[in-house]
Amino acid sequence: MVLLIVIAVIIVIVIAWVSIYNSLVKTRMQTKESWSQIDVQLKRRNDLIPNLVETVKGYAKHESGTLEEVTKLRQDVAQAATPADKMVASNQLTGALSGFFARAEAYPDLKANANFVKLQEELTNTENKIAYSRQLFNSTTALYNTKLQQFPSNIVAGIHHFEPSEFLQVPEVEKEAPTVKF
Amino acid sequence: MLYQQIQSNKRRTVVLLLIFFVLVALVGAAVGYLLLGSLETGVIAAIVIGAIYTLIMVSNSTNVVMAMNNGHEIKNAEQAPELWHTVEDMAMVARVPMPRVFIINDDSPNAFATGNNPEHAAVAATTGLLKIMNRSELEGVIGHEMSHVRNYDIRISTIALALSAAITLLTNIGGNWWFWGSGDRRRDDDRNGGGGLQVLLLVFSILMMVLAPLAAAAIQMAISRNREYLADAGSAELTRNPQGLISALRKLGSAQPMKDVDPSSAALYISNPLKNKEHLFDTHPPLEERIARLEKM
Repeated sequence: MVLLIVIAVIIVIVIAWVSIYNSLVKTRMQTKESWSQIDVQLKRRNDLIPNLVETVKGYAKHESGTLEEVTKLRQDVAQAATPADKMVASNQLTGALSGFFARAEAYPDLKANANFVKLQEELTNTENKIAYSRQLFNSTTALYNTKLQQFPSNIVAGIHHFEPSEFLQVPEVEKEAPTVKF
Repeated sequence: MLYQQIQSNKRRTVVLLLIFFVLVALVGAAVGYLLLGSLETGVIAAIVIGAIYTLIMVSNSTNVVMAMNNGHEIKNAEQAPELWHTVEDMAMVARVPMPRVFIINDDSPNAFATGNNPEHAAVAATTGLLKIMNRSELEGVIGHEMSHVRNYDIRISTIALALSAAITLLTNIGGNWWFWGSGDRRRDDDRNGGGGLQVLLLVFSILMMVLAPLAAAAIQMAISRNREYLADAGSAELTRNPQGLISALRKLGSAQPMKDVDPSSAALYISNPLKNKEHLFDTHPPLEERIARLEKM
């Protein structure tokens, strides 16, 4: 009788262990997936920027400084080594682009260009996707990190060396409207 | 909160289907008894027909609802980039698959979601909505619809719509039969006085009177006003920007009614497309109250 109880307890513990381990793996996978979502959008934006520079060149002569800055920041995003550096560069690029689009209002010819209108929608879409995938990354990270700290999953996580995932900071500047200077 | 809402929606769906099948069985029993002289045959036939109807409706609900509301499907981002991209964003952040996207040609701004589950969902927006809303307002509206998708609100409202349409059809048939039948009856009365047919017509007319308000009640039960508040809160959670939805709701509030809307679909829309002022059968909570709740977030 005692033996049976011991066996039953062991079986229950093994089943619980396996299911906790699997759910930890699953949530860790979700954080990685949501990071790759961000990465895909960053790449997409980097692919769009040369087209934007080409399109704008002929119309907005006074914006060559802004365009150079955008091109430089694009390089920074592409070359950043760590996710944190990448996001810092990406946030600066977001700021530079939104500043540029605000100033583009002053060029009626540019705004009438179909290619520019299309690029503007594409870039707006990509910027929104970066923001939303970052939000998704933070919520999956919160879910995963909570599991790492909660009992009893913290025991399983500790023994199998699950590392916590880092949150991405939302830049304060992004929440403000871009300032328009001429 | 979200989990409870999903559970309660699934429970209500089962209750709704049960009520529907009990009604169908009752009608079947009455028809079978009076026409064929067999209660069981009537019940079985009615349940089989009812089950086939429900299966067809449920498996094809999106197409049926979209056809009822004159929705045209768009297949890629080029046809309506802003709408398509916004739906993509909201689906991503709500962690549901990309739904099908439809556009309704109507100058009155409105939107709704339908479908069976988050894997088979559809979102529709009117051309008026796309015209007057800016990006963050559109995100608020689509976020609201995506919350309905995620909460399984779409399943219960679509089934409620299908079943109430079936009951309305049934009672209409009953009503017509009674109307034409009463002419026959007068002639019959002169000769030999009705009999079985008269009783049948009486049963139908009574059923009709009982069923119509029941159908309305079923919709009321399924489409509780609370879920609109919950979808508004869900939208604010997805967009992190309640201001977008607040200003969208203000614009929806001052809009004209839709030209050509299917009345039984009215409850699906984000704001009442008929703009009628009868509050007894309101499917939507007042916009002012929804705005007030969002402002408190």
